Parts: sequence; C-alpha cells; structure tokens
Amino acid sequence: MTKVQLPLSKKESRLYMAFMWVTYISLFVGGLMGLLQTLVRSGKYTLPFNIDYYTILTVHGVILGLVLTTFFIIGFQFSLMGKTVGISDKQLKVAWLSFWVMLVGTIMAAITILVGEASVLYTFYAPLRAHPAFYIGLALVIVGSWIAAFVNFRQLYVWKKAHKGEKSPLPAFMVIINMLMWFIATIGVATSVLVLFIPWSLGYAETINVLLSRTLFWYFGHPLVYFWLLPAYMAWYVVIPKIIGGKLFSDALARMAFILLLMFSIPVGFHHQLTEPGIDPTWKFIQVVLTFMVVIPSLMTAFSIFATFETTGRRKGFKSLFGWFKKLPWKDVRFLAPFIGMAAFIPGGAGGIVNASHQMNALVHNTIWITGHFHLTAATTVVLTFFGITYWLVPHLTGRRLTPRLNKLGIIQTFIWTFGMTIMSGSMHIQGLLGGPRRSSFSEYAGGEQVATWINYQIAQAVGGTILFIGILLMVYIFIQLTFFAPRGVQEYPIAVEEDDAEPTPKILENWYLWIGITIALILFAYTIPVIDIIKHSPPGSPPFDWLIGR
Amino acid sequence: MHLHKYEKIWLVFGMASLVLFLLIIGFAAFWKGTHPQSHMETIDPQNVEAHDAFKPENLGIREVADGKYIVNIVASAFNYDFGKDTEGNANKTIRVPKGSTVLYQITTKDVVHGFQVAGTNVNMMVEPGHISRYEAVMKNVGEFTIVCNEYCGIGHHQMYGTVEVYE
Repeated sequence: MTKVQLPLSKKESRLYMAFMWVTYISLFVGGLMGLLQTLVRSGKYTLPFNIDYYTILTVHGVILGLVLTTFFIIGFQFSLMGKTVGISDKQLKVAWLSFWVMLVGTIMAAITILVGEASVLYTFYAPLRAHPAFYIGLALVIVGSWIAAFVNFRQLYVWKKAHKGEKSPLPAFMVIINMLMWFIATIGVATSVLVLFIPWSLGYAETINVLLSRTLFWYFGHPLVYFWLLPAYMAWYVVIPKIIGGKLFSDALARMAFILLLMFSIPVGFHHQLTEPGIDPTWKFIQVVLTFMVVIPSLMTAFSIFATFETTGRRKGFKSLFGWFKKLPWKDVRFLAPFIGMAAFIPGGAGGIVNASHQMNALVHNTIWITGHFHLTAATTVVLTFFGITYWLVPHLTGRRLTPRLNKLGIIQTFIWTFGMTIMSGSMHIQGLLGGPRRSSFSEYAGGEQVATWINYQIAQAVGGTILFIGILLMVYIFIQLTFFAPRGVQEYPIAVEEDDAEPTPKILENWYLWIGITIALILFAYTIPVIDIIKHSPPGSPPFDWLIGR
Repeated sequence: MHLHKYEKIWLVFGMASLVLFLLIIGFAAFWKGTHPQSHMETIDPQNVEAHDAFKPENLGIREVADGKYIVNIVASAFNYDFGKDTEGNANKTIRVPKGSTVLYQITTKDVVHGFQVAGTNVNMMVEPGHISRYEAVMKNVGEFTIVCNEYCGIGHHQMYGTVEVYE
C-alpha cells in the first residue's frame, strides 16, 4: 500500500455519483415512510387516502434495507476499486449495466409495492403472495449486484496480472471479500425467488414449501447484514486512520478479520429461525455456535481501531493515559460520524449476542426489541459511517470541497441522529422486553395495563422518529450542497498507508481457493443435513394468499 | 502474522469468555432441556381438523392432570381459535390457576403467524404444515396479552387473545 492513489476520471466519477443519487433519494423516501410509521403507531395519527400501514412498512424495509444499502455499498466499493486497482473502459460499461439493471428492478418493485400489490414486507414470507412484478424486480436487483461483483473480480484479476507477485491493495481485497460473501449468500435468496416464488406467483406451481423458502431467505438474511457492515469496517480500517493522521495498524490483521467474517457470516441463518417448528434443535445450536465465531474478528477490529487511535495520538506527543483520546479530531465530521457509529456498535453488538443466544432469543423474538437492535446496528453504526464517507466521497467525485460550514452542519446532523436514535431505539428495546410486537400497526389489542405501557413507548418512538426525520432532511440538504453548490476544489480521498517498517503480509492471506473452500465447506456442514430433513419431512405445500394483503 | 502482546491478551480473554458462554448455553440446552421450540410433527394445513388436537371440540384449555393443562389453538388470519364457551360464543381468554404447567399446542390454517404470551417465555413461530408446542409454568398472576408477532396481513394487529393467571 505504498502506491500512489489512482486519479478517478470524470467518466468514472459519474458512475459512482449515480449510485450516490439513488442512495440519497432512497434515504428521503424510506425515511419519510419511517416517520409515518412511528406517527401511526403513536395512535394519534391515521394515514390519508386509505393508505395501508403495511404498504408503507414494506416500502420502508425494502427501500432502506435493500435499496439504499446495496446502492451505496456498490458505489462506494467501485470507487475504492477505481482508486486502488483502476477500471477499464470496458469494465466501466459493464458497471453501468449493473447500475441500470438494479435501478430497473428497484423501480419495478417500488411501483408494485406503492400500488398496494406487494404489502408483504421486505422478508416476503410465503404463503402471502405479492404480484409477480415484485419478485421479478427483486431478482433484477440481485442480478444487477452480481454484475457489479463480477466487474470487481475482473478488476482485481487484471491488476494482479499486471502486478505479478505483489499483494493486492487492502481496500480492493476487502471489496472482493464483501462481494464474494454477497454472491455466495444471494444464491440462496435468488434460488428461493426464481425456483419457488416466481413460478408460484405466476400460478405455474400450485403450492410452495414455506419452511424451505424461509430457510433459503435466512441463509441470505444474515450475511445481508454483514454485507452492510463490511463497508463500514473498510472505512474504519483504511479511511479513519488517514483522517486522524495515522497509518494502518496491521495490513495482515485487517485481512485476517475480513476472511473470518467471510467464513462465519453465512452458515448461521438458523439463529433467525430459533423459534420455528420443523428444524432440529441440535442444528439450530450448531449454527448458534458458528454465529458466535464472528465475535473473534469483531474483537480484532475493536483492538485495531483503538490501537490506531492511541498510536497516532502518542506519536503526536500526547503522553498521559487518555490524552490521545481527547485530542482525536472531534470537530471533523468525517471522523465524528463514524466514531459514533463505532460506539453504537458496542450496545448493538451486545444486543445481537442476546438475539442469537439459543434460549434468550425466546424473550425477544419478533418483539420490537429486534427493530430497536437493527436501528442501532444498521441505522446507526452502518448509516452514520456511510454518512461519514459521503462527506468526503461526494465532493471528491464532484470536484468540490467540504467547507467548514458544511462540516459544521454535518456535526449537527450527527448529533441530531444520535439523539433521535437514542430515544427511538432505546424505547423500542424496552418495549420489546415488555413483549411489544414488531411489524404491527397501532392496536390496543384486548386493552389492559400491558398494552397501555407499550403505547407510551410508541409515543416516545414517534418523538425519536420525528427527530430522525429532521436529521434526514438535513443530510439530504448536505448531499445536494456537496453535489451542486459547494465551492470547487480538491477533497482528499483518504486511504491510509502502512508503516514504513511494517512486517510483510503472509501470502496465504491471498489464497482465495483456500478461504472460499473453507467457506463452502462450513456452509455445506451447517446446512446439508437440516435442508435434506426439511425437504424429506415437508408437509403438504401452501397455496397462495392474496386477499390477506389487500390484493 | 505478527500479533501485539496486548492484542494476544485481549483475544485470549475474549475467546475464553466466548467458550465459557457457549458452554453455558450448550449445557442449558442439552442437559437442562431448554432448547427453543422445535416441534417436528407435520400436519395438512388445509385439513387441520384431521388431527385430534385441532378438532373444533378439542380447542381451548383442558386439564389433563392435577395442575397440568393443554391448550389447543388454531390460528388463522386474523384470529386465534380457542374454541367456544357453553353459550356458543368464541373464547378469547384462557384462564389458569397460578403455578400450573401449560402446554400450548398451535397450528395455522393459512399463513405464517406468531404466538407470544407477552411477558412470558411462550414465543413461537406458527407455520402452515407444522405444529408448534411449548410448555411453560405460569408462575405470575395477571393478565397477559397474546399477540401475533409475525406479519400475517392487513389485519395482523387485530389478532390477539388473553391468558389470565389467577390465584
């Protein structure tokens, strides 16, 4: 990583910005839906024009969970690849193809949801049946992302051929790991959509195997969250050290952490299905154990980050025990926003341990605790890091600068987000522990004390949700400023380099056959027998249900 | 690969805690029998009445031994069927004395539902073609809301019941 960064051409920048545009339009649309949900759940507001709560809930989940994340991640990763290994004209054309395929899929799915033909939530559990256009749209988003993945693979391959014997640049290595994981994981949901859902939604298949479809979904559903998290880790490992004026902590350890995340993010989907019938509890337990293996790369990451902070601070001459911590660049939003994201990952990760714990899960399964959990991990840790990246990536791409005024607005945005999310996610966690369900419109159920308590927390969520929406408006404003109005100039693309005396990275870390082989072996171990069991002991299939979602 | 001394200590401590943690949940699961609900019996979702437990006359609560109860439930959008009372009205409440052991046994006629007795450990997914079972000791007096906690359609939030535990 001693190499100079490659300049990004205008043509490339346009592609990366296209992904950013979809991201921020999605943020606005999805965020608005989120606001409406919290208002409805407060019991003091009803949606106009007979719009159904579950329609906006589906929009919120699909647009923020699947669209915003995937577009931002693929755009950001393309820029990392462009910076470190470069992109050829031909690759650029194929990359545009991936963008358009994903966009067409997104629009198809979005329209189907908005006209009320697909109120099935982003998990689209059978046998609720949406219009076929919804499933086809989703399939296109996945196929588009595969095209992007193969462009990335090709980019590194071409670079490797031109740089025989050199190790790949760390950011490129990380991108390839994430796209490998994404590809292996999405095979599950793509199989489910193409083989089970589409023929059944079109009426060619009369029934569907519900448990199998759910198992295939969750084979994808957990790596999905790591697909969101790894780009945040990329920023923490290679971008943040540069922003604080330091160097990489350890190239080899960063690679090792990513390899472990690749291996242990996929064979773990059963921890989302712990309370389901029809799956042997021993296999559930095995996948719980595999789930917890990600504790190791997480601890490695936490150590690396804080070691970088301390080393950098001490080198600048801060001697006292915590002096280096006080002197971190707190007034630089490129640092502050991701830092708060990291801090949120401490309670977020702890909550995740509760969720995946074989038995404790029963207390929180499908309660709004879960919603609180992923608003802390995805919507705070990941999203604040993505915002932190936006502050320098967008002006870098548009040839502008992050001005002190925009930096200040960014800091305000970060505080609004932190404040709003503390209230919203906090009250979701508490309400969940008291048994309040997730994914539910306002209801007084049979009344009584329990329900009255829940509703109080739902009012708190509406307050938090409103504050968060103000944060979204501010972020969209900053994005528009950085795109069109900020003064022209050069904004640095921060990528940290290794120490001059860094130890060489072991070659084995780039032995793709080995790591992909172990990953596949673990998946086969964790899934082969239970899936055969599920298929062999499957009950009569389920016919579709349309009227339940108001079709 | 070089590891800093402090990082070694950190990782060894972390991994040791992890092993201890997994041993505890493994011990609880395999020796204390606290596996999550994983009942394996299947059923035809379009003909649940064929199963003895889910015949209309067998729905609701039944005392099977002193202090031991079975509750049979059929879920469908957007209702839990606990059977009928003596006047032919649909039951919405299950009443049990404090300290009784209750086996909840539930299946669905249509889509996926949830079954949670809020404030207790009774929390199961209910899926077409499968029977979900969970036995719990109802230790605390009070009214507990039963909620469907898996999205089942536009009336999902109207699907509920009550468990009343009395002295």
